[in-house]
Amino acid sequence: MCNKVDVVHVPDGFLDAPTSVATGVLAAGTVALALRKAREELDERTAPLAGLTAAFVFAVQMMNFPVGAGTSGHLIGGALTAVLVGPWTAVLCMTVVLLVQAVLFADGGLTALGTNVTLMALVAVGVGYGLFRLLVAVLPRTRTGFLIGAGVGAFASVPLAALAFVALFAAGGVADISLGAVAATMGGIHVLIGLGEAAITVVVLGAVLAARPDLVHGAAHLRSADALLRRPEVVAPR
Amino acid sequence: MGARHGGALSARYVAGTSPVHRLAPQVKLVAVLAYALVVVATPVHAGWAPWAYAGYLLAVLAAAAVAGVRPGRLAAGLVVETPFVVFALLLPFVTRGPRVEVLGLSLSESGLQTGGALLAKATLSVLAATVLAATTEPRELMHGLERLRLPSALVQILGFMIRYVDVVSGELHRMRVARESRAFDGRRRGALRVVGAAAGALFIRSYERGERVHLAMLSRGYTGRLPRGPVAAVPSRDWLTGLSLPLAAGAVLATGMLLG
Repeated sequence: MCNKVDVVHVPDGFLDAPTSVATGVLAAGTVALALRKAREELDERTAPLAGLTAAFVFAVQMMNFPVGAGTSGHLIGGALTAVLVGPWTAVLCMTVVLLVQAVLFADGGLTALGTNVTLMALVAVGVGYGLFRLLVAVLPRTRTGFLIGAGVGAFASVPLAALAFVALFAAGGVADISLGAVAATMGGIHVLIGLGEAAITVVVLGAVLAARPDLVHGAAHLRSADALLRRPEVVAPR
Repeated sequence: MGARHGGALSARYVAGTSPVHRLAPQVKLVAVLAYALVVVATPVHAGWAPWAYAGYLLAVLAAAAVAGVRPGRLAAGLVVETPFVVFALLLPFVTRGPRVEVLGLSLSESGLQTGGALLAKATLSVLAATVLAATTEPRELMHGLERLRLPSALVQILGFMIRYVDVVSGELHRMRVARESRAFDGRRRGALRVVGAAAGALFIRSYERGERVHLAMLSRGYTGRLPRGPVAAVPSRDWLTGLSLPLAAGAVLATGMLLG
């Protein structure tokens, strides 16, 4: 199971130097900001908790999820991680996973690391979490509303990351291609992958929410004060 | 999983004592990055580009030979390229510009050239990175990144991930064994819910383990940073040995630019 790495990573040489440098700077800036902001989400526990979450993301990306009709899907996990541990910590986890895949599995070029971090940590997490927050604010403040928000965020994060790649390719790709066709193909394929991503994200979040709702960063609004009231009363010693 | 020493992240590592194995990790990281930069900097449409790719290939194969990485290992490393091979193969069909007839198909001339160049560049870089992964253990790579001034918080996260990824994947494996020994069938309806619950449980266990690890570290005086041992300076001869790969590639590129 160790040899399977299914998430598509941009290899070396796909984008020209200015685009690679620009995405590299963008990625470095995002990670620097995330390093500061993650401390607000996890305080000094950042390193062990983000490290273990990164290990979780790495392991779960290798899992096969049956998503109906005899097909199985794989998780990219940007939106799921953001909802579970908060967007900034998620950026760090995804970055570390991408770094490990680039240097230990040659998956994703070293010179394209900035591009990959931009696509999977910045765009996927940003879109996924942004849409999630937006929907959670609009939808009823229930478990269903929460899961719909997370599902839509996870779904949209995949084709939008793919379209961001097409946009980068348009700006700094080394081939003169008819963009419409590529955007349609990439978008179309990734809509399907996104559906799988959404299904998996919803099921996993539902499971965590059922067992340990207090661990879900994005579900803070579901935890109300009356959760404390419903606890059994302490019996006074006689 | 976990049966072999090293585990999930060491899947590409081949134990050995070759000169490449003995190089400091930061030297190898810089060498592979510089090599990839040279490969990427090669102009796509130059007539001499195929010769340059051949030169780069020789350089990286020589490095692999010195490192004792067998051809089978190198080929296995190339598997990660597959999705982009498909993309590169599509380029001759979707690129605009003058067309040429190949075997009855109307293909774009520049698309063929670009697709070929992309494949060559990606393949060469993956080969170099595979040599790096085959000769350097995950922990060593972490130390290399640390010496290259990766922010310390990121190094720590990376360190915890490297240390616990086998524990986490081992847990995942045990859940799968438990599931399948209870006649779990992935094709049945509702299977997603079962696997999803397992992944959810895996998150909870990973997170709780993180909390326990943090408490254990606090009780041993953790203040937010990990102490580092003394760092031995890398002799300049080692830098020269390590950088001979990108230097050779750079010489090929320079020759092409001057003569082409």
